Amino acid sequence: MISATKTPGEFMTEALVQVENLSRYYQNNCAISHLSFSLKAGEVLGFLGPNGAGKSTTMQVITGNLAPSEGEVTIAGHDIIEAPRAAKRNLGYLPEHPPVYRDACVDEYLRYCARLHRIPRARVLPAVDRVKQQCGLEQVGNRLIGNLSKGYQQRVGIAQAIIHDPPVVILDEPTVGLDPIQIREIRELIRSLGSERSVILSTHILSEVQATCDRVQIIRAGELIYNATTESLNQGHEHSIRIALRKDVALEQLFAIDGVDHVDALEASRFRLFLAPDTNPDALLAAAVQQGWGLYELIPEQQSLEDLFIELTHTEEAARQ
Amino acid sequence: MIWVIARRELFAMFLSPLAWVILAVIQILLGYMFLTNLDNFFLLQPQLMQLANTPGVTDVVITPLMQVAAIILLMVMPLLTMRSIAEEKRNRTLSLLISSPLSMSEIVLGKYLGLLLFVVILVSMLMLMPLSLYLGTSPDGGKLLSIYLGMLLLLGTFAAIGLYLSSLTENQTIAAISTFGVLLMLWIVDWVGGALDGDHSILTYLSLLEHHQSMLEGVFNTSDIAYYLLLITAFLVLTIRQLDRERLL
Repeated sequence: MISATKTPGEFMTEALVQVENLSRYYQNNCAISHLSFSLKAGEVLGFLGPNGAGKSTTMQVITGNLAPSEGEVTIAGHDIIEAPRAAKRNLGYLPEHPPVYRDACVDEYLRYCARLHRIPRARVLPAVDRVKQQCGLEQVGNRLIGNLSKGYQQRVGIAQAIIHDPPVVILDEPTVGLDPIQIREIRELIRSLGSERSVILSTHILSEVQATCDRVQIIRAGELIYNATTESLNQGHEHSIRIALRKDVALEQLFAIDGVDHVDALEASRFRLFLAPDTNPDALLAAAVQQGWGLYELIPEQQSLEDLFIELTHTEEAARQ
Repeated sequence: MIWVIARRELFAMFLSPLAWVILAVIQILLGYMFLTNLDNFFLLQPQLMQLANTPGVTDVVITPLMQVAAIILLMVMPLLTMRSIAEEKRNRTLSLLISSPLSMSEIVLGKYLGLLLFVVILVSMLMLMPLSLYLGTSPDGGKLLSIYLGMLLLLGTFAAIGLYLSSLTENQTIAAISTFGVLLMLWIVDWVGGALDGDHSILTYLSLLEHHQSMLEGVFNTSDIAYYLLLITAFLVLTIRQLDRERLL
């Protein structure tokens, strides 16, 4: 057996996952259409979309569980159709439903997975110990998977995906069914995986993307409609602030303040002010103090991923109707 | 790699009580029948001695026993093969194998080898009965070997057919019933022989019973072996194609 697995470092310069013009039809139903993106080592890509947008289909195609109708997928330089074996050797995949055997115990199952991924016999036990430690499974090694809680089964699924230390890890909704502490642990695990590997992560928990991903892609009805780094998402959107005043103040008075472009009245004595770019709310504060408006709340608003997500996915629905 | 899957399959069978129950029930039923046949043999022995071409203990006790065994196993094998792929589909564990660096052929061959190992255990346990005859008499060793091989090939064919039908559905019951239907059809396909005019050699050739019978009688015929191997190969290829096709749907 020749091992073709390169160390993750060798891929630093090239794209580890290359998806080109990918389409997939179920009969005449188009699940994904003309999807293209690439992923470098050390990147964590968050895949977002409403239910039925084609997230899972995309992942199934990338991992070779479904054949693409059109387009190409390359994993670490190997085409998933032309050279499936080499491609899959560089791939760890956690499907939507963790593919665990309920009648096996955790240790047995992980040993089996290790062997399936062609880990040499002598290295199987260390690999199993490593992933058990990474996924917090030390305590349940000899319990039947069927008797474990959903959260633990999910962790076994993640352990299975990283047991052969693949440069590309694809996780379909990895934190479903976990409790908040486990979610935090798994996010940390994903972050640590992402430091030298490529990770693709699908989820519909938006805060998860902001917490773990370097890049976000929003997919809707099979099409890629948004692609940006989470950093850029967090920057440069502080264009509105929300204020609350104790006194009644007319809209015009607020609008008269320097640098205020637009004012929305919210509920009683609360306003949303849109400031011109690169202005500080100094003038606002000064006016509030001078005229004794009783300003007791001032919150700069960031455009959150959630707003963006709802905005993007709603326009589609509106367009459809 | 094939071996890794085969081992897991075999262990999985013994993890559920099904395999144990099947082995036990078959062993009890056939053990009882073996003793009855043996009793009959003792009763008939004086009359048999007068026949010109005296049938031995193998012909009187073992051949009929294995005929019955074949029919019982025709009903039992579907229960063993039904889970192989259907269960993985239902539990969505097939993607573990598909995402691993394995080809479809390796997956299917691994599963088949697992079933075959179980068949070897099953038939070897059955063969303990004829072998026990060595304690008191001397059965025909060549014939026993032919019977052993015949049973292995027959059950190997059952397993291949069952594996294919298990790959067609997510529902284990449907897999079991359709396997039983196909096996029974192949068993009785030559019964039409008397009712129709013309040449029935094709139907006779297709019949599992026909080929099994000759091996039980100790006739080791290349065409019988070819028949079994052809069927096994055909159904394994069909299974591989079926699983490959599912990725396209």
